[in-house]
Amino acid sequence: MRLTVDGQAFDVNADPEMPLLWALRDLMGKTGPKFGCGIAACGACTVHVDGQPVRSCSLPVGEVTGAVTTIEGIGTEGKLHPVQQAWLEEQVAQCGYCQAGQIMSAVALLDQVADPTDADIDDAMGGNLCRCGTYPKIRVAIKRAVVLKTAGI
Amino acid sequence: MASIGKIARRTFLIGAAAIAGGVAVGYYYYRKPYPNPLEGNLAADEATFNPYVKIGADNTITIIAPRAEMGQGISTTLAAMVAEELDVGLGQVKVEHGPASYAYYNSAILEEGGPFAFFDESMTAEIVRAGMGVVGKFLALQGTGGSASTRDGFDKMRQAGAAARQMLIAAAAQKLGIAAADLETANGSILHKASGKSLTYGAVAATAATMAPPAEIRLKDKADWKLLGKPQKRIDMPAKVTGAPIFGIDVTLPDMLYGTVKMSPRFWAKPVKVDFSKAGKMPGVIKIVPIDTNYGHGFGIIAENTWAAFKAAEAIDTEWADPEYPLDSAGISEVLKQALGTKGSVMRDDGDVDTAFADAPREKIVEADYAVPYLAHATMEPMNATARLKDGVLDIWCGNQAPTLVRQLCANAVGIEQDKVSVHTTFMGGGFGRRVEVDYALCAALMAKETAGRPIKVIWTREEDMRHDAYRPASVGKFQARLGDDGMPVAIDMTIASPSMITSTLRRLFPSISPLGPDKSIVDGAHNQPYTIPNYRVTGVAAPVSIPVGSWRSVGSSINGFFHEGFLDEIAVAGKTDPVELRKKLMAAYPAAVKVVEKVAEMAKWGEALPAGKAKGMTFTLSFGSWVGEIVQVADTPAGIRIEKVWIAADVGTALDPGIIEAQLISGAVYGLSAAISQEITFADGMVEQSNFHDYDAMRIFQCPAFEVAILENFHKMGGVGEVGTPPAAPALANAIFALTGKRIRTLPMSKEVTFA
Repeated sequence: MRLTVDGQAFDVNADPEMPLLWALRDLMGKTGPKFGCGIAACGACTVHVDGQPVRSCSLPVGEVTGAVTTIEGIGTEGKLHPVQQAWLEEQVAQCGYCQAGQIMSAVALLDQVADPTDADIDDAMGGNLCRCGTYPKIRVAIKRAVVLKTAGI
Repeated sequence: MASIGKIARRTFLIGAAAIAGGVAVGYYYYRKPYPNPLEGNLAADEATFNPYVKIGADNTITIIAPRAEMGQGISTTLAAMVAEELDVGLGQVKVEHGPASYAYYNSAILEEGGPFAFFDESMTAEIVRAGMGVVGKFLALQGTGGSASTRDGFDKMRQAGAAARQMLIAAAAQKLGIAAADLETANGSILHKASGKSLTYGAVAATAATMAPPAEIRLKDKADWKLLGKPQKRIDMPAKVTGAPIFGIDVTLPDMLYGTVKMSPRFWAKPVKVDFSKAGKMPGVIKIVPIDTNYGHGFGIIAENTWAAFKAAEAIDTEWADPEYPLDSAGISEVLKQALGTKGSVMRDDGDVDTAFADAPREKIVEADYAVPYLAHATMEPMNATARLKDGVLDIWCGNQAPTLVRQLCANAVGIEQDKVSVHTTFMGGGFGRRVEVDYALCAALMAKETAGRPIKVIWTREEDMRHDAYRPASVGKFQARLGDDGMPVAIDMTIASPSMITSTLRRLFPSISPLGPDKSIVDGAHNQPYTIPNYRVTGVAAPVSIPVGSWRSVGSSINGFFHEGFLDEIAVAGKTDPVELRKKLMAAYPAAVKVVEKVAEMAKWGEALPAGKAKGMTFTLSFGSWVGEIVQVADTPAGIRIEKVWIAADVGTALDPGIIEAQLISGAVYGLSAAISQEITFADGMVEQSNFHDYDAMRIFQCPAFEVAILENFHKMGGVGEVGTPPAAPALANAIFALTGKRIRTLPMSKEVTFA
């Protein structure tokens, strides 16, 4: 099957039942999305399919019809996405393992709601678990990202 | 407190080994330096000064931060120690974890391993503490834990930076023909202001590294610090916001195979019947192999991708032998309760407790039974390791908290010498004590024996991870207090029974060593608190349940902080004393503790009236050398109890990076609250019942309270920060819930008794 990931086309020879996450990680070399639970309960594997956040650990690769975007496709160290920039400025990450998923959920949130309320943040981010307890900083960073996006950064 | 005589007569357990006497280890070994592990492994034109500093001719400066980065920010703070004295900016250096080496032993991890409280500065306590540091070196533990990394590194890493700087200046002085005293350093260069001449460190590194290290190392005054004491940008942050492949699970090697494990869900039990016929034929499956280690028995599945391995693991049909421990949680609780009635080790015995209770009138007695469950670590990154065994040489890539242990035990497992094993320590997606264990590395090493030299990345499912942990032990406590006429406690008697984490750890790591003496972790957080009570006894009993238990963020203090501080709140209520005033009175001999309590009370406006439906609870725990007070505010909402706000005041002695310390204190509290609210590991049919985040969840963003943190530096010794936020969190919540509802929660998790919003 043919997949578009981070703007690049991949020919993937996989069991269609294989979750998108493992196709990305093991077959396409995209290790940005992380394995946390395998049952869509922690959000570490969050990627976008046609701009919508999905839990790639529970989405069979055979069912993927749209373009996939991972953390590796939204920005690079030289040119960060405003959400990544906000994460950097607020020094959000501790162990960092969940943050690729947190950032992808936050990017999707800000694409849909330009200036989210605390309740919007709770709704959009509630599926992303962080065992280091970085939630207070995640909240502040999302608000900073709003400012950075508005400023065109 | 224990006398030197008592200590000489008994043995006590430290870390992963039993050392008779503790003070008897020869200083010869302590004085003898380990060789620099960076030598012989340098890039062209690179010079090394000591195990912590490498400088290339192109002025690339590399600092070795030999402690595991699991989110606590240690790589940044350790690098800052060296950079401070080397006079370079953090943005100017590369930071590496470095190889597994005895040169990177952690002495501080064991310093508090003796039977003394942190504040006990008697000669006996200090002698044992120094002896423990020697033991740390003697055992050459390169470990990350005990919130000890900054305390361990503070002198030796600053000295490493200062020594290298002095050597670089000496080499520059020689080259320029200018007296060393006339040279200055800044940003990786040596300057002669008068002539304007300058040399980069790189230009003189090769010469400097051949010079004798300075006999006298001059360290900067604290007032002159440029990096330390100020929040630094974490060196790992750019990689962590871009999804860079920095974790063990991201390791990718040419020709790599993938795998997973299916270990016995009954600890230590062997398979009695197994059928591979279905699993072995599944697409992508290469081989299924037995795995037998000191952690237990099971199978490794070698496959072409992780998913194929996971599917095959599910399809293996096995029956396992019966467990050696009680089948279910009720049976385990019974063993713990029975242990409470047996003879234990008295770890604190002030005054005469028996006499104090003998004539106590009934109305002056406060009694309570407490209990906490087993807990899993549930790091975000499931256990994994990548291994390659080729031409008799084993390479292991994994996040781990103890590289020298990984090296030693993996060498033993595959039957090669330790010098044929290289451990490549990656960043960790959480540790919390779980990655002190080496089971994930052993599994990968054994599976690498079966792949004809191809590397294999072995990733556990979340279910396998949840069901094969070295759990925080369950524990039960029986407490009694006698109040005086003023409501203050005149006597406290605490007995705590729990499986011994030291005994359990030895069985896994060093089965040839017999556990001797009491396990102080059973009473840590209860026996060593800075309260003065005339009659004060704390007894620990090791309960014989062999489910694997280990270090879980803050270890014994996570249990006993809850027990001690919950019970103290009950004493305050019974004696009609304000909980803050009660603690200030009992702590009067320890001004640092009093200041912490005063500070947190002031921040939270303790004592001011709250609107109806809101309440606060307070606690204090001294652990890992830091004095921490926490106040939790809860609110009654239609959806249940909401944790609104947490105030934390912590005296860490010297605050090396206030930004990272604040993040750690909040992190520790969230970890403790997560457990308090809903976490428990229970057993049925000899197996762990929980399997994933749907039945072992943690706090989510919508449950997370606001935090306010104050960092104090009153005490004259430095404390740790990675674990100290955890112990006061659960009791502060329990005390707040009591203030709100009148319901006293003595058993965790709290979700069994109240509903949370």
